[in-house]
Amino acid sequence: MTDTTIKKMTAKELTRMVLDKQDLFILDVRNETDFNDWKIEGDSIEIINIPYFELLEGVDDILPRIPVGKKILVVCAKEGSSKFVAEQLAEAGRGDVFYLEGGMKSWSEYLEPVKIGDLKDGGELYQFVRIGKGCLSYMAVSNGEAAVVDALRMTDVFEQFAKEKGAVIKHTLDTHLHADHISGGRKLAETTGATYWLPPKDAEEVTFGYEKLEEGRDITVGNTTIRIQPVYSPGHTIGSTSFIIDDQYLLTGDILFIESIGRPDLAGQAEDWVSDLRETLYNRYKSLSENLLVLPAHFGKITELGEGGRVMAKLSDLYLSNPGLNIAEETEFRRTVTENLPPQPNAYQQIRQTNMGKINPSEDEQRDMEIGPNRCAVHDK
Amino acid sequence: MKTDLTVDTKGMACPMPIVKAKKALDSLQSGQVMEVLSTDKGSINDFQAWVKQTKHELLSYEEDNGIYKFYVRKI
Repeated sequence: MTDTTIKKMTAKELTRMVLDKQDLFILDVRNETDFNDWKIEGDSIEIINIPYFELLEGVDDILPRIPVGKKILVVCAKEGSSKFVAEQLAEAGRGDVFYLEGGMKSWSEYLEPVKIGDLKDGGELYQFVRIGKGCLSYMAVSNGEAAVVDALRMTDVFEQFAKEKGAVIKHTLDTHLHADHISGGRKLAETTGATYWLPPKDAEEVTFGYEKLEEGRDITVGNTTIRIQPVYSPGHTIGSTSFIIDDQYLLTGDILFIESIGRPDLAGQAEDWVSDLRETLYNRYKSLSENLLVLPAHFGKITELGEGGRVMAKLSDLYLSNPGLNIAEETEFRRTVTENLPPQPNAYQQIRQTNMGKINPSEDEQRDMEIGPNRCAVHDK
Repeated sequence: MKTDLTVDTKGMACPMPIVKAKKALDSLQSGQVMEVLSTDKGSINDFQAWVKQTKHELLSYEEDNGIYKFYVRKI
């Protein structure tokens, strides 16, 4: 008897498999354009693309391409077509066949919390890895209070996590006005009664009230102090602000990543902001302690994920290894960050408008706007 | 446009619009035109890629108040 039942795999389970480098064969049945734009990646993942509409008459033709004895995961945009194909594979005698629950939609929205480390007063710092899109958020927790940096629109994840930690969210902060994803900072602040902080130079057109993130306005979490110290660091946007947390961690937003640097063109002012970006990366950050641990707002490649999925590196190490920090000539730097850039993130103009409060798309529309990779780094080809 | 057959897939999600459309197309004679109505925004690209792959002819595609209409001529 062949087992013809298919099993579901959740985005959380798939994330675990990617992070633990477990072998998996993925059959992605979306159309070729969507697949080439954005797909599931991992060191232990083998993936092929055959659109479901080429399999309407059955899967016999493709069976030789599907390995035997390996876990098979069928993936589509939402879920329906992956079940349709997975069932046929199971009927054809393949045993270990799964479909991705909620499809690429839920893959794009899943956040994996990873502990970064303990803070000096007993608090903790967490990174939330949005593995499907490459976004990173942070939560500092201390003595029953929490602050969330670069919150994503799946705000219930942060609320739930804070609750589990017995903490009340007091502050939500955005390092800059995001162009690749819809910020959850304002919504999270509204539902929890927290204060929403934004760099004023990125907020000139916003339609809502906020606190100004400026150097000198340190933010504390808990009754012993976790100091969140804003450092003005323009370049990706004119307002981009980094945070030093607990004198140990440097949250760089979209200015500095592990294997790349931020692109200056998403607000349409690449030429103007190149010198700001260079000044931030080659001077402002250089004046900070080289022992700071860099925690960016994105990763571009799966290779940037370290132990347990953490995305983190020492500032001094990045000055040695990151190609964006090792361009001696200013003209060459200008060329690197303004020419041959990767395509802009999907719907980035509408996303900026949404983050300014100028338009209010429905949840479905927000989801569609965010489809695809983040593409905030200059090297994200 | 003169159509020989209308396939109503309104309210259906992937893969049903294309499954239904394929069945209908199989029943047509060469040269006949099929109209497909769909509300599934996610399958617009799929539909176009499917027609291309099957080598039939996508005559036109329009949107009317959230309803997507495809006209395909069987080759």
